[in-house]
Amino acid sequence: MPIIVAEHLSKSYRAAAKEPGMLGTLRHFVRRRYRLIEAVRDVSFSIEPGEIVGFLGPNGAGKTTALKMLSGLIHPTAGRCEVAGHTPFARDSAFLRSITLVMGQKQQLIWDLPVLDSLRINAAVYDIPEAEARRRVDELAAMLGLTTQLTQPVRKLSLGERMKAELMAALLHRPSILFLDEPTLGLDVNAQASVREFLLSYNQRHGATILLTSHYKADITALCRREMLIDKGTLIYDGDLAAMIERLAPCREVRLDLRRAYAAEELAPFGEVRTIEGRAAHLLVRREDLTRVLPRILSDLDVEDLTVGDPPVEQIIGQVFNGQASANADVQTPTPGAAQGAAT
Amino acid sequence: MQAILRHLRLVRLFWSTSLAAEMEYRLNFVVASINSVGTLAGGIFGLFLFYRTGYRPGGWRWEEALVVMGLFTLLEGFTRTLLTPNLGRIVAHVQTGTLDFVLLKPISSQFWLSMRNFSPWGLPDVALGLGVIAYSAWRLGVAPAAIAAGLVPVALSVVTLYSLWFILGTTTIWFVKTYNVTEVLRGLLEAGMYPLAAYPAGYRIFFTFVVPVAFLTTVPAEIVLGREGQSMLFVAAAVAMGLLAFSIAFWRFALRYYTSASS
Repeated sequence: MPIIVAEHLSKSYRAAAKEPGMLGTLRHFVRRRYRLIEAVRDVSFSIEPGEIVGFLGPNGAGKTTALKMLSGLIHPTAGRCEVAGHTPFARDSAFLRSITLVMGQKQQLIWDLPVLDSLRINAAVYDIPEAEARRRVDELAAMLGLTTQLTQPVRKLSLGERMKAELMAALLHRPSILFLDEPTLGLDVNAQASVREFLLSYNQRHGATILLTSHYKADITALCRREMLIDKGTLIYDGDLAAMIERLAPCREVRLDLRRAYAAEELAPFGEVRTIEGRAAHLLVRREDLTRVLPRILSDLDVEDLTVGDPPVEQIIGQVFNGQASANADVQTPTPGAAQGAAT
Repeated sequence: MQAILRHLRLVRLFWSTSLAAEMEYRLNFVVASINSVGTLAGGIFGLFLFYRTGYRPGGWRWEEALVVMGLFTLLEGFTRTLLTPNLGRIVAHVQTGTLDFVLLKPISSQFWLSMRNFSPWGLPDVALGLGVIAYSAWRLGVAPAAIAAGLVPVALSVVTLYSLWFILGTTTIWFVKTYNVTEVLRGLLEAGMYPLAAYPAGYRIFFTFVVPVAFLTTVPAEIVLGREGQSMLFVAAAVAMGLLAFSIAFWRFALRYYTSASS
């Protein structure tokens, strides 16, 4: 039986629209005009207990809004959702004790005091007996590799340590459903990897269900076997994305900082030229060609710096979109939104 | 009963942590004390200017007016200890979106927002206010039993003041920036420094029925001093409980409009 169900979930906001400039400001002050923003449009899915599902999409796609509806912070405009048998927006105590929400950009820890003080408060709020709380703190601290940092004021922690401490505060009551909104935002590669490892082991240890949003593809591919792709509020794909990207977006992005400006024709032999801005160039190179092409780039071009990465999520989405339109067989759970999205 | 104990335990934890955070700044205590003494001295001087010529507003004696002043200082202390540190922060919670965390805790969000912080810097005001009340009561020869009974109307005025603040704080959900509104409220509440009888009729009506300043200081003083009977106590209780109930209902209503700051 699914633990999270969303049926035709929609949320629209009324946002004030303001033209730039003094005149626009005056007009905005006197007579405000509003525009309806459909943040989430008719999204349906269900998640089984213990699943780790990734919510992938560009900024403003509606990921966070969807998470906020599922965690009960905002009321859906239309449709319904159910989490662990509860209606989230009612926010009853049993529901709140079974979930947690971690937001990469917001923090709940007390800035001036050591982490342990915030943890004590959370333990008391969730009615966790002191001895049990201490045991859980030790367990989480060991899993996250935090030790002496727990007695330091939060303001003295590094961003990575602070995120780990936030996770401790969010998981002390041992929720079975985790909503994570960009949990690795701004962290360096090592810290990102250790947060991911921790989430995986928490999932295995407690059988927790995890729904996370990210726009780092690495987060998603490392953690989730199932991904939901959301764009402009619409669910456009639900299934095993990593495999699909391999098929549909078989390229890596090579970013070059060059010592002199090159013309597009000069770079064309190495791969598909995406952009050239002065001495910076972006090329798309097929994965199987990468090992062959890189040495040639380094020897033939005057390269100052070179990085290889995945193309940005927006581009992957574009490719998935086009792939979906041409190869519909790849879609595992077609949604009404998918058809609508592909048509626009 | 268990719920009450749990909340008391939480309050102890909340206050000890915020005390720990505030105690980092020792100089603040000196500044706060000087501020309290200065404000009280200014208020008493203003009152003295009234009475110097033998004028007695509404028949209030000098010591009786001092009771009002003492109550005002006491409430000012309560404001600085609990109301400003907590309710002033609702704005920040809404602006930065950290209200999300509060709403997801299995505990009343109004309780959390009202009790989470404690600032010791209002305590000098509390002490001074109590001192002025004790001095005037002694000069007036008020019986200790009457002073003890006076705790009830004072508690009611605390509830009234809290409810007014919380109702204003709640409007943050729609307007986001409400710093100015609380400033206006504080300005209006300053009127509670003197017995209401000192004001012209129009003001008296405004401060009784529109912004119930009368119920903060004048009414409790009247009850303690025996100028008003038990019936006034019931009116004060009705005002306090009515405002409290409204503040709870209003907060629940407002949360339906909460959209949560986007990340």
